[in-house]
Amino acid sequence: MLIDVHAHFLHERTPRKDWRERNASRMRAGECVGITWHVASVLGTWGLRSPIYFPSPADVTTANEIQRAIARDHPHRVRGYVVVNPNYTSHALAEIECGVAAGMVGVKLAASRRADDPLLDPICESAARHGLPVLQHIWQHRRREFQGQEASDAAELVALARRHPSVSFLLAHIGGGGDWLHSLRAVRSVPNVFVDLSGSGVDGGMLEACLNAAGVERLVWGCDLTIDTGWAKLRYLEHILTAPDLDQVRFRNAVRIFPSGSFPESA
Amino acid sequence: MRTDVSAFVGAYPWRKVPGTSPEAVLAGMDRVGIDEAWITHLPGVWWRDPMEGNAWLHETTSREPRFRAVPAVHPELPHWDEAVTEARSRGAAALRADPTWYGIDPGGSAMVSLAAACADADLPLMLTVRFEDGRQRHPNDRTDELPAWAVRRLIRSNPRLRIVVTHADRGFIEEVHFGATPAEAERLWWDITWVWGPPEDHLETLLQTIGPERFVFGTGQPLRLPENSIAKLDLLTISGEARERIEFANAGVASPR
Repeated sequence: MLIDVHAHFLHERTPRKDWRERNASRMRAGECVGITWHVASVLGTWGLRSPIYFPSPADVTTANEIQRAIARDHPHRVRGYVVVNPNYTSHALAEIECGVAAGMVGVKLAASRRADDPLLDPICESAARHGLPVLQHIWQHRRREFQGQEASDAAELVALARRHPSVSFLLAHIGGGGDWLHSLRAVRSVPNVFVDLSGSGVDGGMLEACLNAAGVERLVWGCDLTIDTGWAKLRYLEHILTAPDLDQVRFRNAVRIFPSGSFPESA
Repeated sequence: MRTDVSAFVGAYPWRKVPGTSPEAVLAGMDRVGIDEAWITHLPGVWWRDPMEGNAWLHETTSREPRFRAVPAVHPELPHWDEAVTEARSRGAAALRADPTWYGIDPGGSAMVSLAAACADADLPLMLTVRFEDGRQRHPNDRTDELPAWAVRRLIRSNPRLRIVVTHADRGFIEEVHFGATPAEAERLWWDITWVWGPPEDHLETLLQTIGPERFVFGTGQPLRLPENSIAKLDLLTISGEARERIEFANAGVASPR
């Protein structure tokens, strides 16, 4: 089994006219790599009607509906995160309730509000009640503000994780941009933060650093926007890990932190 | 057969990178099935005289038949032409210059002179767009990446010049390729190190729009995992002939032995 904990799908109400091809490419490449489950989210209308990282409530609802439809279309390959915008608390909580009822398995926090902000607490409390992990978009060591997103870094995620010790947090795309060494130092002693290995970065030494900081039991495999880099990291891990340890990264850690029964083939 | 046109030996100044010795790079090549690597002396990129790394590089490649040297030339230093002569006599795969890292105009007269010298020596000029993702660079590592306009200017500067560009992304490649005449574009080769695979499928798109004859296999190891470039090829649906071109044949055209 192989679980990609960080996938995205596009849809027709986005600026991307090639959305069908990109979604099909993800599924096709996934078959080639051997991905059993794509755990995915849709980020609003990807900028068409509201900003990617600041989606309007209407776009959040649309995105979650589309993500559920994709999961229904691929019942043995796709699971969904509920995307929320924490600035709209009641809407976010309602989306989580609706998503859980429809079989969604996690919460996706992008970059609408800093990770250590109190507005994230009710969302994490809801995640705790439902046993959902939270995937938090991270800029590895944010040294300044960035246009278009209120990015968080690992230190801010750690502050949130310490306030919600019963929730599992996925630190998104360690190879997705920024200084990953900073993030790995930050999460070293925080047992409920898992490192998502996705991202386009395939730096030599990064995976060893991940293992040193989080241990094999807190690494989860993913791709995000580049399946080739995900596959490269997996191939390298095959050389440096034992088979049982590799299985932890491939799927066992994910099976442990997502709700029971999320990935039936693991039974 | 697989030729990696973009491998490095020696320490990286901005972070600890494992596996930078020649032996470790060879082990990485064995791990993923790379037969030959064109290697650059990595620390020299940041030296005031990057050519001071060439002696060690030539010595290293003379001891290891799977390596071919890509010695550095700083064309604003006196007697730089001696490095070109030496590279020619020692069978180098290419000459490299990293003008923005040297602090010189990437399309200025010195680079144009170097381009002419490379053409006269029948050696390709290697240029690298970046060494790391710009988002993660050390705060004091502020050098500009190689700009696309400089490659356009250099390829136009001499009708016999051949250029191998490494670590370019899709947008950079398209800007230069379609900003060149067909005759100019035929003298440019692009390594696949920084080109995205699925689901964005940048590499597949480029192979369709530009053609497999313009691409060479490169990894950027040990700064990057060499597994990535092989995974990219494994995710493509291309003919065996096209894959062979990318994996080694095109490199042989760019730099015949």
